[in-house]
Amino acid sequence: MLSRRPERGSTTVALSFAVFLILMTVVTVYIFWAKIWWFPPAITDFGHEIDAQYARTFLITGIVFVAAQFGLAWAIFKFRDQGQKATYFEGNNTMEIVWTLATVVLFVGLGLYARNAWAEVHFIGAAPGALQVEVTGQQFVWNFRYAGPDGKFGREKPELVSASTGNPVGLDPADPASKDDIVSPVIVVPANREVELIIRSQDVTHSFYVRELRLKQDAVPGMEIHMHFTATTPGDYEIACAELCGLGHYRMHSMLTVMNEPDFEKWEKDQEAANQ
Amino acid sequence: MVTHEDGGGHAHQHQPPSGFIRKYVFSIDHKVIGIQYLMLALFSVFVGMALSLLMRLHLAWPTAHFSIFKGGQMTPEQYLALMTMHGTIMVFMVLTTAPQSGFGNYFLPIQIGAADMAFPVLNMMSFWTTFLSLVVMICAFFVSGGAPIGGWTSYPPLSALGEIVGPGQGGGETLWIIGLAIFCGASLMGALNFITTLIDLRAKGMTLGRLPLTCWTWFVTAILGLLAFGVLLAACILLLLDRLAGTSFFIPGGLVVTDQVITWHKGGSPLLWQHLFWFFGHPEVYIAILPGMGVASHLLSTFSRKPVFGYRAMVGAVCGIGFLGFCVWGHHMFISGMSPYSAFAFSILTMTIGVPSAIKTFNWLGTLWGGKIQFNCAMLFALGFVSLFVSGGLSGLFLAQPALDLYLHDGYFVVAHFHLIMGVAAIFGMFAGLYFWFPKMFGKFMNEGIGKLHFWLTFIGVYAIFMPMHFLGLAGNPRRYSEMTAGPFLQALQPVHVFISIAAFITIAAQLIFLFNFIWSLMAGKEAKEENPWHATTLEWSIPSPPPFDNFAGVEPVVYHGPYEFSVPGAADDYIPQHLAPNLVRKA
Amino acid sequence: MPGTIVDDVELIDAGHGGGTPPPAGGDDDGDSSGSRRPVPRRAYFTALQLGLAAIVMFFMALASSYIVRKGLGLDWQSTPLPRVLWFNTAILLASSVTIVVARRRLEGGEREAFQSWWWVTTGLGLLFLAGQIIAWRQLAAAGMLLATNPSSSFFYLLTAAHGAHLAGGIFALFYVLFRPWSRSRISQRTAAELTSIYWHFMDGLWIFLFALLTLGR
Repeated sequence: MLSRRPERGSTTVALSFAVFLILMTVVTVYIFWAKIWWFPPAITDFGHEIDAQYARTFLITGIVFVAAQFGLAWAIFKFRDQGQKATYFEGNNTMEIVWTLATVVLFVGLGLYARNAWAEVHFIGAAPGALQVEVTGQQFVWNFRYAGPDGKFGREKPELVSASTGNPVGLDPADPASKDDIVSPVIVVPANREVELIIRSQDVTHSFYVRELRLKQDAVPGMEIHMHFTATTPGDYEIACAELCGLGHYRMHSMLTVMNEPDFEKWEKDQEAANQ
Repeated sequence: MVTHEDGGGHAHQHQPPSGFIRKYVFSIDHKVIGIQYLMLALFSVFVGMALSLLMRLHLAWPTAHFSIFKGGQMTPEQYLALMTMHGTIMVFMVLTTAPQSGFGNYFLPIQIGAADMAFPVLNMMSFWTTFLSLVVMICAFFVSGGAPIGGWTSYPPLSALGEIVGPGQGGGETLWIIGLAIFCGASLMGALNFITTLIDLRAKGMTLGRLPLTCWTWFVTAILGLLAFGVLLAACILLLLDRLAGTSFFIPGGLVVTDQVITWHKGGSPLLWQHLFWFFGHPEVYIAILPGMGVASHLLSTFSRKPVFGYRAMVGAVCGIGFLGFCVWGHHMFISGMSPYSAFAFSILTMTIGVPSAIKTFNWLGTLWGGKIQFNCAMLFALGFVSLFVSGGLSGLFLAQPALDLYLHDGYFVVAHFHLIMGVAAIFGMFAGLYFWFPKMFGKFMNEGIGKLHFWLTFIGVYAIFMPMHFLGLAGNPRRYSEMTAGPFLQALQPVHVFISIAAFITIAAQLIFLFNFIWSLMAGKEAKEENPWHATTLEWSIPSPPPFDNFAGVEPVVYHGPYEFSVPGAADDYIPQHLAPNLVRKA
Repeated sequence: MPGTIVDDVELIDAGHGGGTPPPAGGDDDGDSSGSRRPVPRRAYFTALQLGLAAIVMFFMALASSYIVRKGLGLDWQSTPLPRVLWFNTAILLASSVTIVVARRRLEGGEREAFQSWWWVTTGLGLLFLAGQIIAWRQLAAAGMLLATNPSSSFFYLLTAAHGAHLAGGIFALFYVLFRPWSRSRISQRTAAELTSIYWHFMDGLWIFLFALLTLGR
C-alpha cells in the first residue's frame, strides 16, 4: 500500500523472516540429522537396504530443502525495497533447461534406484521351503496360523468363526489337516529363516505393519496377499494396524517375536503339545 | 422487465438487481457468488478447525474430562467421526471452494475483461448446490449413530457394511455419501462455467499468453474438476448401491463381522473403490493447490515489482501438473495389494510430477531475485507459501518411492506431507489472496498491523504443528489413531503429541485474530478510495472498488500488455497496466 | 428449473441488456451498442462439449468398474439381455434421423414440418424410455433384480444412468418447442442444434453401453 512507506521494504520484517527461515531450517535439519526421533533398527538385510535408500533420499531432499529455504531467506533480505529499482528480466531459458534437467535426473533417478528393493519384496516371491504363516486381521485383533507338523493348512469356514469359543479363524474340525494347525494371537518366527506371510482379513481392510521389518501390507478382505522376509535379530517387535478399520483401530496391536532356531523349535513343540 | 428495449442512440445498461434476495441471496452476479463461496469456506474452515482442535486435545490428553461428551470422555468413535468430518469439510468445503469458486468466481471474469461468467444462473445454482451438500453433510452429525468414522477416503468394506462395522457407519455414512454426490454435481457445474468463460469470453487483446497466472491456474483447476468429479460421482453411486440395494461392487464374500457371517454380499473388490476414489482424489489435491500457486506467482511478481520469472515455463508447469495429476493416483495404493508392477510405474510418474513443481519453485525464487520487495500482509503470506510448499513438497519424494512407502504409508509422515501442502500452503494462498483483493472487493483495507500479527503467529505455528509430525512418522506412528496407548513405542511418542497440540491450540486461536480483522475491516477498515492502491497491472485494478455490478460499466476493455509488466526499462512508472494503450504509457 | 419468467430470460441472458430480439434467421453475437457484451454463441457449444466430456468420464468410470468387476468374477453370471433392447436401439437410432430431418426443416424455414418431426423425435425418445422400462420388467420377471448378481447390477445401473441422461435430453426437446425464443439470447435454431448434438451423443452412448452389456453378458 503506497501511503504507508515504512513497512514496504522494512529491514525488520525482512530480517525476521529470513532469520525465522534459517532457524526453522537449521532446527529441522538438526533433528533429522541427530535422529532424535528415528526408525528403530532394522532386523533384516532388506531393512538395511531400505535404510540406505532413505539416506540417499534424505541427502538429496536435505540439500534441496536447505538451498531453497536459505535461497528464499537471502532473496527476501537482499532484495527488500530500499529504494532501488527492480531489475527487469523475464526469465532465463538456459537456467530453466538446466534446472529442469537436473531435477528430472535427480528425481527420476532416485525413483529408479529404489526399484531393486521393491523388486526384492514384491516382484519375487518367497523361496519354496519358507516358513508359512497365515495372518488374519479382524476387528480388532490379529491371529496367526501355522500349518503344524503336517505342513498343510486346514480348511477355514466363515460360519465357524467364533472368537468367544476359541476359534477366531473358523478352522474346520472336519478337515484332518486342521487338527495340528497352531493358531496364536502373537507371531513367532525363527531368525535367519525365510518367513512367508499370507495376509488376509475377515471383515474390513486392515494393515499388517512391523517397523523393524520396514514392511507393511494391507490385509484386504477377499484377497490373500503374500509377503516375505528373513529376520536376523532375535527380539520382540510391535505389530500395529495401519489401515483405519473402525473404533478399535488404535488398539489393534500384537507382537512379532524372533527367536533363535533352537528356541523357535521348542516354541513350536510347546504349541503342538498344547494342541493335542 | 423482461424485454429490453433498444434505448435509441445511447447505451442502455442492464438494470442491476433490486431487492435484498436478488442482490445478496439468489444473485447471479459472479462477484456476489464469489463472496458467498468465500463465506461458506470461512464458516467451514472454522468448523474444520474446531473439529481438529477437539482431536488434538484428545490426542494430547486422552483421559481428560470434556463435559461436552457423554460421560465426560471422548470415545474412539467420536474421535474418528471428528477426524472424518474434519478431513471432508476441509478438503471439499474449504480447499475446493475458496481458492477456485471463491476467488476464481470473483476475479476470473474481471481479469479477462468479461462482464460476468458465461452462465450466471448456472453459477448461482452451483453455489446453492454446494450449500445444500454442506447442509446434508453436517446433518450426519445429528443422526443416530452420529457422523461416519471411515475417514474422508471412506474405504469399503468399512464404509459399505453399515452400522455393523462401527457407529456412524449407518445413517451418518449414507448422508455423507449423498452430500458428497451433491457436491460433485455442484463442482461439475462450476467447472463448466469457468472453462467456457475462459475460452470464449476473453476481452480483445487478452490472448492466452497475456492471461494472469491466476487465470491459468483457475483454468487448469477447472479442467481437473470437470474430468475428475464425474468419477467420484460414479463411485458414490456404486457405494450407495452396495449399502442400500444389496449389490456387491466393493464387498467380497465370506466376511465375518463380530462372529456374524455376511451372506448377502460376495465377489466385490475393495480395491475398485480405491482406484475410483483416487483417480478423482489425486486431481482433487491439485485442485486444492493450483489456485494458491497462481496467487503466489501473481503476488510475488506484483510486490517484487518484477515480471514473473519464466512465465511460459510457469504455464507449462501448471499444465504439466494438471496432466500428470491424472496419471499418478496409484501412489496412494502402493500397499493396497495392487500389482507391484503398476505400483512401480505410478512411482516413476509421481517422481516426474515433482519436476514441474520444482520448476515453479525455482521460478518463484527467480521472480524475487533482483526485485524490490514490499512486505505487506499479502506478500508475507505469498512468501510463506513458497517456504511451506517446499517443505511439504519434499516429503513427497519419500512417499513416491514404494520401497520407502512400505514404512511410511498411513503414518504421520503422510499427515505432515499433505497438511503442509493443503492444510497450510493452500490456506496461505487464500490468505494472501484475501489481503490482496480485500480492498477491491469491499472498498476497505484489512488492517496491516493486525494482519502481520496474524501472519507471524500462523507461520511459526504451522511449522510447530506439522514439522514434528515428520518425526512421528519416522518413528512409525500410524495415522487415524485416537490415542497412542496401545504399545510402548507409541507411548514414547506422547510428548511430541502434546507439543503439537499446544502449538495447534495457539495457532487456531491466532485465526480468531484474523476473523476479528476481517469483520472489523469490513465495518470500519481504512477506505480504499483508489482503484489501484497496489499499483498492480491486471484488469481488476482498472475498475472501482468495489466494482459496479457489470464490472466494466458496459465498456469492453482492450488489453495491450502482458500481465506482469513491472519495472519495464524506459517506462516512467514501475508498472504498466494491461489495459493501458501503448501511446499512453509514460516514458522515463 | 427457476420458476419465474425473469429467471427464464436470465438463464440465457448473461445480463446483457438492450438490443432488438435476434432476427429469425441469424444468431446473435451481433453488437448491441454499448450495452453489456453478449455471450458469444460459440460459448454454448463449448459448454456442451465440456458437459459431454464430464458425462463421458462418469460413464467411463462405470464401464471400467464393469470390466474390472467382471474380471474378478467367479460369481459373474450372464444376464440374458431382453430382446426388446434391440427394438429400443432401433427406436433411438431412428430418433437421431428424425432430429436431423427436423433441424433441416427448421433451417429451411418450414416451421410446421420442423415441429412435426421434432415431436416425432420426442415421441421416439419417450418410446425408448418406455421400452427400457419394459426390459427391466422382463428381467425382473425372470428373477434378475438389481442385487441378484454383479452382471444384473450393472445392467440396471448402466441403463438407468443412460436413461436419466436421456430424460434430460427429452426435457431439452420439450424446452426447444415451448420456450419463448423471441426473448432469448440464442435462437431456437441454435438451441435445436445444441439439443441435437446432445441427442446424437446419447445415441452413441447407448450403442457403446449396449455393446458393452452384450459382449460382457
